[in-house]
Amino acid sequence: MMGIDKKRQEWEEKCLKPWLKIAKEREEKFETLSGIEVKRVYDPLDIQHIDYTKDIGYPGEFPFTRGVYPTMYRGRLWTMRQFSGFGTAEDTNVRWKMLLAEGETGLSTAFDFPTLMGIDSDDPLADGEVGKVGVAVDTLKDFEILFEGIPLDKISTSFTINPPAAIILAMYVIIGDMQGVAREQIRGTIQNDMLKEFHAQNTLVLPPEPSVKIIIDIFEWGIENVPKFNLISISGYHIREAGSTAVQELAFTIADGMAYVEAAIERGIDVDRLAPQLSFFFNSHNDFFEEIAKFRAARRMWAKIMRDEYGAKNPRSWWLKFHTQTAGCSLTAQQPLNNIVRTTVQALAAVLGGTQSLHTNSFDEAWALPSEEAVRVALRTQQILAHESGVANTIDPLAGSYYVEWLTDKMEKLAWKYIEQIRKMGEGSMLRGVLKGIENGFFVKEISNAAARYQKEIEEGKRIIVGVNKFTIEEELKIPILKVDPEVQRRQIERLRRIKAERDNKSVKDALDWLRSAAENDENVMPPILEAVKCYATVGEIMGVLKKVYGTYKKPIII
Amino acid sequence: MTIKKIRVLVAKVGLDGHDRGAKVLARFLRDAGFEVIYTGLHRTPQEVAMAAVDEDVDVVGISLHSGAHLTLVPKVIKYIEEFGGNPSEMLILVGGIIPTDDIPKLKSQGVDEVFIPGTPIDEIIEYIKTNVAKKKQLLKEKVDQ
Repeated sequence: MMGIDKKRQEWEEKCLKPWLKIAKEREEKFETLSGIEVKRVYDPLDIQHIDYTKDIGYPGEFPFTRGVYPTMYRGRLWTMRQFSGFGTAEDTNVRWKMLLAEGETGLSTAFDFPTLMGIDSDDPLADGEVGKVGVAVDTLKDFEILFEGIPLDKISTSFTINPPAAIILAMYVIIGDMQGVAREQIRGTIQNDMLKEFHAQNTLVLPPEPSVKIIIDIFEWGIENVPKFNLISISGYHIREAGSTAVQELAFTIADGMAYVEAAIERGIDVDRLAPQLSFFFNSHNDFFEEIAKFRAARRMWAKIMRDEYGAKNPRSWWLKFHTQTAGCSLTAQQPLNNIVRTTVQALAAVLGGTQSLHTNSFDEAWALPSEEAVRVALRTQQILAHESGVANTIDPLAGSYYVEWLTDKMEKLAWKYIEQIRKMGEGSMLRGVLKGIENGFFVKEISNAAARYQKEIEEGKRIIVGVNKFTIEEELKIPILKVDPEVQRRQIERLRRIKAERDNKSVKDALDWLRSAAENDENVMPPILEAVKCYATVGEIMGVLKKVYGTYKKPIII
Repeated sequence: MTIKKIRVLVAKVGLDGHDRGAKVLARFLRDAGFEVIYTGLHRTPQEVAMAAVDEDVDVVGISLHSGAHLTLVPKVIKYIEEFGGNPSEMLILVGGIIPTDDIPKLKSQGVDEVFIPGTPIDEIIEYIKTNVAKKKQLLKEKVDQ
């Protein structure tokens, strides 16, 4: 290191200084998208405090900086999983089959807003929203149609669902029963992460405490019954979309994860039984190296937390497995084809960061849900990375880069600062700390301030968005736009009425009574929800019972 | 005589929780000297209309990312009228994820302008200043006649 030190000084004096005299740099200060100052050049001195064996190591071994599996993509490529759904279950089933035929390797369900919020298609509040941003699901009947011809033992499905997560899990399990697939065999993911809804995504129905209680019910039931299913996807994606920095995304997601683990431990759940069924979900934004560093830091942090803070003994419990979606908020309405390039760079960062599955956004999504053509290009982007670029042939190829290792370490340190701040708010408990931060608006304020700062940079032209505040053109939009059939709402309501007329309403009532009594008596709500779903109780009826028992939540207004 | 500040209602209507755009815009409009009222999330068309009338605003800015704009926006306008306001005296603006084909449809139902993602906020501020003044001028002429 002595030699490098000397060499560096010599370079600065003899090479750099004279150069800077004749050629100034573009900026006074260079920063990552999160505002971390970036030096001109990094060298071994910047990472001399990092111990290769202790802090980086090998893939498949603690602290998993280089990846959770020993062979990573040399063994199996990441799962190509496009978030998809619109209209009725029939419409979505057709789109899913198209995606599978085109080479997609996992499914991911987009629900419409009424389903996400746990209300039925015939609710007055659902008017105009049925089938718009995703598929409409009211009862098990819709799931039967959605999964027609899709074998649950062959393909895994992810569900972006939060307040009604227990209901959707129950529907999926029952579809598996109907197909004759053992519950131990079904694979998939429910998002089931309410904490980030309070911070960012705002799919809010029940207050924070009962929301967490139901999540732990799902954990308790899930580890016994569906051991291969991810019972939660602890999500930073939406925190980032709401405007946070990469460091905030990393810190708040890990903090939420710690809160769930603490809540599960309080319930008496064995951390080693739960851990393998936890998964994560991150955003991949524009700053290439920062994103890669974020993914690497996340893995290292989680491994330490699970082993050292929560005493998990099984190395499998130390893994942070994650899904990535490219940044929806980075897409521009202007010159939409440019979005293909943005998405490619972001997807490459996710792959170099070691993601387990990936969704690539379509170029038309600043206008509407993606057209068939747009979603095909998005999927092809992943396939080109996987099969043509060569990046999947060696593991964590950016390890050892002075910059990437320095930035990984830097992001970890900055994230830890936030975590300690949250822990302090909870007087030593991460669960209480996160709940406190929801109550006092800490998370919302942090994210809103970052969002405003980012926008200000764009407005002032300090941050260039190609085609938006620089390199603009007069253009007429020429891309095809997906249209959701306006008849969807009417058809969906008709189906819902038919089911309600045909089902055994006595057993529905009994199941809902059982659910109410379970909720009132602080018992696990999963068994009665399964029963209710089986009897074709609606999403709105089931959520309705929970709302009655637990009350509803109105978010305080913080700009 | 003090000049009355332009009053803007920034509204989220329907089940859509995407509030980044609405909140950032509310901040920038406030910083530009407008009186800004933000409705908060998940408001019904009735609630938004009631707020617009009660607060006697000059501008109603509705943000949607839900695809439900063709149903919900006309409802807001209808309820403003029902609650005793005059939507044609207000500037009705829409922002968010709005397909181009839907823009003329919204305008034919009483929306003054639609702002797509990436619109510079200065452009929105200028638009509001110019058009609120125009509406007031028109109104004054009508009264004078």
